[in-house]
Amino acid sequence: MSKKPSPMSWRKGDGVAGRPWRGRVREYDLFKELTIGVVVVGLLVLGLSAIFSSPDDAGVTLKSWAGAAPSDFVATATAELGGTSDTAGYGPPYNSTPDATQKLWFIDLQSLSGVRLPIDTANDFVITPLKTLPTPPPALALALALWSAATPGQQADWTAAYTAALAQAPNGDPAQVAAGSYGPVPALTQALLAMAAKGNLDGVLQNAGQPYNLNYTPTILFLGDGAYFQGLAATAHLTGEQWGVMNETGNTPGQSWLWLFSLLYQIEPFKSSANADILVVSTMLVLSLLLTLLPFIPGLRALPQRIPVHRLIWKDYYRQR
Amino acid sequence: MTRPAEPEPPVTEPPEPETGVHTWTGKSRRWFLKHLPPDKLLPEDQPSYVASWAYVFGMGAVAGLVFIIVSGVVLSFNGPQWYHVSSLGHFTNSAHLWSVELFFMFMVVHLWMKFWMAAWRGGRVLTWITGMVAFLVSIVTAFTGYLLQTNFDSQWIAFEAKDALNAVGVGAWFNVANVGQIFMWHIMLLPLAVGAVVALHVLLVRAHGVVPPLDAADTDAQLQASTPTSPDPEAKLS
Amino acid sequence: MNEVMAAAAAPITPGTYYNWGDVSIQSGNLVVIVVMLILFGLALVLPFPGGKSRK
Repeated sequence: MSKKPSPMSWRKGDGVAGRPWRGRVREYDLFKELTIGVVVVGLLVLGLSAIFSSPDDAGVTLKSWAGAAPSDFVATATAELGGTSDTAGYGPPYNSTPDATQKLWFIDLQSLSGVRLPIDTANDFVITPLKTLPTPPPALALALALWSAATPGQQADWTAAYTAALAQAPNGDPAQVAAGSYGPVPALTQALLAMAAKGNLDGVLQNAGQPYNLNYTPTILFLGDGAYFQGLAATAHLTGEQWGVMNETGNTPGQSWLWLFSLLYQIEPFKSSANADILVVSTMLVLSLLLTLLPFIPGLRALPQRIPVHRLIWKDYYRQR
Repeated sequence: MTRPAEPEPPVTEPPEPETGVHTWTGKSRRWFLKHLPPDKLLPEDQPSYVASWAYVFGMGAVAGLVFIIVSGVVLSFNGPQWYHVSSLGHFTNSAHLWSVELFFMFMVVHLWMKFWMAAWRGGRVLTWITGMVAFLVSIVTAFTGYLLQTNFDSQWIAFEAKDALNAVGVGAWFNVANVGQIFMWHIMLLPLAVGAVVALHVLLVRAHGVVPPLDAADTDAQLQASTPTSPDPEAKLS
Repeated sequence: MNEVMAAAAAPITPGTYYNWGDVSIQSGNLVVIVVMLILFGLALVLPFPGGKSRK
């Protein structure tokens, strides 16, 4: 076995690459070049900013949701009450729904944290905010009392029935729902809709009783459980199956360096897998590690020798040797 | 670039390592100066083969980083809501976005060039690794930045990214919907990390020198024109 | 109230996208990628000034 390392190896070796350069030099002013670089890039930044600006599509509030898509709001509120929304069935870190976690074969990293950001969708998103109303109308007070007094089974029956009825109603309009046994669910969801439309629900859900609160988890999760928020994302080409990971709203460039991350969500086995996220993240971590350790990988590190792009980079050198 | 004056011939022998140091400070100083003496840290010349536009992209990335930091500092003075209500704020936000785009553009072309040059050769593997780490840490930094836009895009990104982070078990500690937490990552923790890795990367380039061409040989004209080389007493440069 | 409704009705700028089969790319991202490829190519072929080596 030869003791001489391959010329493509990372090792120092005793070739020209491993020794300080003792050959011809050219004059080089580091600070001057740095200054020129900063000036040129600075002009580019200022020019691009002046011409193309940056996007700023306004965020969605519970108020704007209630105003733009009240039927979707009511349907989502019903799902939160019934514990059938995506958030309610998410598993850790929000709740402990069995079998909800993503797994890599048998490795279940999602369960590692336990339920550290607990969310009880029925109480946190609907009941507790309604209870903060200082003078609830008698109908609402009655509805809240009915809900608290009911068994979980009864509550589930009411919400399931109302969800099905909403799906049947024209345009999902709660005003046109067929008569049925829905208990206090219609009154509760209508009251929440009214609260949201007035703008009160945003503050109550966001602050969770604290004067300062920078944690937007409940709002983001509640918004995400609805179709309105997701529909806006689809309009903006930001969803996973639209290569959304690398996109920005409008025509401003997004994160083109995330092209491979986005690509994986478009192809099997990631595309239709329930464990898509952990599969994609693991794949990207492995590929990133391989690229980082490329100098140690014999076949890959020899590619620059086999495809001689370097002949162009150092054409002056090769011409004069 | 066509000045007739000739630069000094390179120092043919490295400076003698200091003798007689016995403190931690002294030993560290000796180690540092052995690997990165002042004329290597801030040289006035470079090898003749460093003569291609391929070499400007690293510098371009660093220049982009300078503007990311400057615009970021201005945004920090005024808080994350400022750019929604002020036209100067919006311009600063645009400058921050475009300097990030340029930074990544130059950095990736720099990466492509360094791959085709096989720039890890000759004991330069740490330079390659720190460069890749800088790339990866920059991606995470940019991601936290997008979460701070306090607009629809940041709401959606938080909603989607929580799935990736929860799937690997860290979502409870790195809560993308918690603006306070993400703010500290983006304006302090990660910029420090990027700065440290980039500084290390640049120092490594200075210490090892720019990698010579593939297939460069001792018989090349560029190596004949100078004083004969003797075996390098410093073969163990890290 | 009206402006809230109007804002809520069209708050998102969709942007221009190009689609080839499963690939969908935003115009801005496409420009960035093309510019990077052009810069890469130009850097390889454009002559570098002061390329004459000095002693």
